[in-house]
Amino acid sequence: MSYRYELRFTGSGGQGIITAGIILAEAASIYDGKKAVQSQAYGPESRGGASRAEVIISDEDIDYPKATSIDAMLALTQEGYTKFHKDVKSGGIILIDSDEVKDVPRGDFKVYAFPIIATAANVLGKVITANIISLGLITELTKIVSHDAIEKAVLSRVPAAFLELNKKALHTGFEKGATLAPLS
Amino acid sequence: MSTPAEEAKPLAKKKKKVPFDYSPYIRGGKLPHIWCPGCGHGIVLKSLLRAVHASGTSQNDVAMVSGIGCSSRTPGYVDFNTLHTLHGRAITYATGLKMANPKLKVLVITGDGDALAIGGNHFIHACRRNLDLTILVYNNFTYGMTSGQTSPTTTQGKISTTGRHGNIDPPFDTCTLAKAAGATYVARGTAYHFQELEKIIFDAFMHKGTSVVDIIDACPTYYGKYNKYASATDMMEQLEKDGTVSVKQAEKLTPEELEGKLLRGVLHRSERPEYSEEYGKLVTSLQSKK
Amino acid sequence: MATNKKRFMQGNEACAEGAFYAGCTFFAGYPITPSTEVMEISSSRLPKTGGVFIQMEDEIASICAITGASLGGRKSMTATSGPGFSLMQEGLGFACMAEVPIVIINVMRSGPSTGFPTGPSQSDVMQAKWGTHGDHPAIVLIPASVEEIFYETIRAFNLAEIYRTPVIVLYDEIIGHMREAVTIPQPGEVEVVNRVKPTCAPSEYKPYDTTLGDIAPLAAYGEGYRFHVTGLYHGADGFPTNNTKLIEEAGQRLVRKVEDNKERIWKNEEYFLDDAEIGIFAYGVSARSAKFAVRELRKKGIKAGLLRPLTIWPFPDSAVDALAERVKTIIVPEMNLGQIVHEVERVARGRCEVKGIFRVDTEPIKPAQIIEKILGNGPMPSAPVSPTDSNMSEMLIERDMLDG
Repeated sequence: MSYRYELRFTGSGGQGIITAGIILAEAASIYDGKKAVQSQAYGPESRGGASRAEVIISDEDIDYPKATSIDAMLALTQEGYTKFHKDVKSGGIILIDSDEVKDVPRGDFKVYAFPIIATAANVLGKVITANIISLGLITELTKIVSHDAIEKAVLSRVPAAFLELNKKALHTGFEKGATLAPLS
Repeated sequence: MSTPAEEAKPLAKKKKKVPFDYSPYIRGGKLPHIWCPGCGHGIVLKSLLRAVHASGTSQNDVAMVSGIGCSSRTPGYVDFNTLHTLHGRAITYATGLKMANPKLKVLVITGDGDALAIGGNHFIHACRRNLDLTILVYNNFTYGMTSGQTSPTTTQGKISTTGRHGNIDPPFDTCTLAKAAGATYVARGTAYHFQELEKIIFDAFMHKGTSVVDIIDACPTYYGKYNKYASATDMMEQLEKDGTVSVKQAEKLTPEELEGKLLRGVLHRSERPEYSEEYGKLVTSLQSKK
Repeated sequence: MATNKKRFMQGNEACAEGAFYAGCTFFAGYPITPSTEVMEISSSRLPKTGGVFIQMEDEIASICAITGASLGGRKSMTATSGPGFSLMQEGLGFACMAEVPIVIINVMRSGPSTGFPTGPSQSDVMQAKWGTHGDHPAIVLIPASVEEIFYETIRAFNLAEIYRTPVIVLYDEIIGHMREAVTIPQPGEVEVVNRVKPTCAPSEYKPYDTTLGDIAPLAAYGEGYRFHVTGLYHGADGFPTNNTKLIEEAGQRLVRKVEDNKERIWKNEEYFLDDAEIGIFAYGVSARSAKFAVRELRKKGIKAGLLRPLTIWPFPDSAVDALAERVKTIIVPEMNLGQIVHEVERVARGRCEVKGIFRVDTEPIKPAQIIEKILGNGPMPSAPVSPTDSNMSEMLIERDMLDG
């Protein structure tokens, strides 16, 4: 049977949310041989302001390119969580930054919390790796793309000087994701 | 490079009174032109054709682009690659054409309203780029085609159909504007001084970069009539002969004597990289990296 | 032959790639969201391949510059969005009148005025046809996917060259910024058409000579054919005329050259239309919503189908006519307040019900909106009726889920 898997990444402009969406979709489309569509919505400003990226992954052609009922969501800001958690489908998952999203209304979905931005800043030494750590976590939590595909996609999109850093960020996400339990 | 002495010695005199044959440059069956009796546009056209002829450029390699207005009808009469475009936009079409084929020598025929009002933004940006365009602004102080409205060069106090109580708008000085915007050859001539004008247009045409010539060529039909000049020749004498002084003459005059007079001759000349050549260099350097 | 590589790219990138594939060697433009990427990519690529890129001072200058460049013999394009497209209207009319092939990309954003610059819309579909003054031909293509932007941009250049007229490619911000996989064909795999050049002696050349047909060969300036081009009504030789007979003939021919060839210019996709009782007429991103809705409705046993034009102008009269003949209702979802719906009504001539679904909040038409409109329409009384978008989709979308 065919499937349609929907992801929405939310954050504020400058956090690399849209880049993360592109990388995930590229991993599915180019490296895993699936169909994928990536779209986004953002304000006029490049920095600050709410931004969101959506990725639809399927084994067949994707018509409607936007999320209708979300399987997995990432919220790096409280605003993103508050505004969009209701769109997550029954049984879906939400990954939040545990420092940024404090008010966590619950629903019929699993919420995973991890200090993503703090890990990027303190462990990786670069706050801009938060989006790549998120991709590692999301990959591990959803299994929607293979480790191999997401790694290739990440490495194809980052500047040569930052290959190792981003690889480390992605693997940090994989490792933490493997042991992360949903909030009870 | 011309010296002031050469400027005073028009090309025509060197040719020992052999009459100039305009016919190779005029399209068969397209004359008479639409310009009014007493209008200097025909005089300017003659200076222009003699200058292009003197340059030795093949007619196939000359493009003439105009906007809308009396002067902009010029391309219809001459046997070049001719493009009569929209009001104010001649320079933009010329920019596309020149960049598409830099071998073409591109003349822009425009007027004071066309170049400085509706096309003012294009005018300053062309000067900024320094693309090799020869921009001839036929400055008749009014919108002649639409019967004499105030233009951006109408003198303050003068009467027009949209300035019936005397114009209160300060005018642009075409040459000051062109120089400030970056044009690398800026000159002024008049229809009255047609031999000097030929020399100026020749220089402008040969100059590599954006050249602007402000050609004082007042409109007898509207500007002349509304402002009570006795005749077309009276207007021409007052505005073009007595209203201007050459750069050389001006050196001997006091500021008081220069009051209200427009300077004729080359007002600014500088060397800056020409835009299409710079673009060509960019292409060459990128292609050699392959 | 090298293997064609699948690349994951943005709609605007596919547009630029399509233009380069079609032989575009001249881009003039002015930055404007959400089309700027087409310009940025052109600025990077064209100088490397010997083409010309120039950033102009505004959109007026941009459309005029590409028209001048086309007369210099280059396939030329610009890309813009609503406010810039409005500024281009006079230049568009000039290119129609002077019969100069150019391609204009309009990535539609929310309007009027500055509107919501990053918000999508489909509200320039009428402007693309009627924006410039006077009767004039219009060829407007409206792709719905990233890959289709690539192919329709090539087609736009081909049609511009064939019919010596401006061709507009319209797509909404969603498709323009969306990313999908595109496999770029090898050179030669897709047909590329170049304008017909004169073969007569330069002294014989008339740029609007119609003795052999409505479309005359077009020389380039600098090739020895010294001809005249004007935005005034003109005769076969290109020189202005005030002869009313010639003006009538020229005006008629200008529109006729496209009108008489509309079967060749039309391109439609039909989806589940054979036995459809309810037709959806949708274009661009709204057609993707409509397809989704059709599949969901079919699962419920409702005979819905989609007619999707890839050419919106000339308007696909015969396809809509055939649809109106056999369905009870035509639904027209648009991200505007009702534009193309009026064309559908015109062609349907009352033979079926025509209902629009409109929104201008910069959100796409939701599949659930279309489903709701149709279910609320009566043919399936047993079907669920839902008051809201979000729970509607949850109710109707049944899918197998992946693990995790």
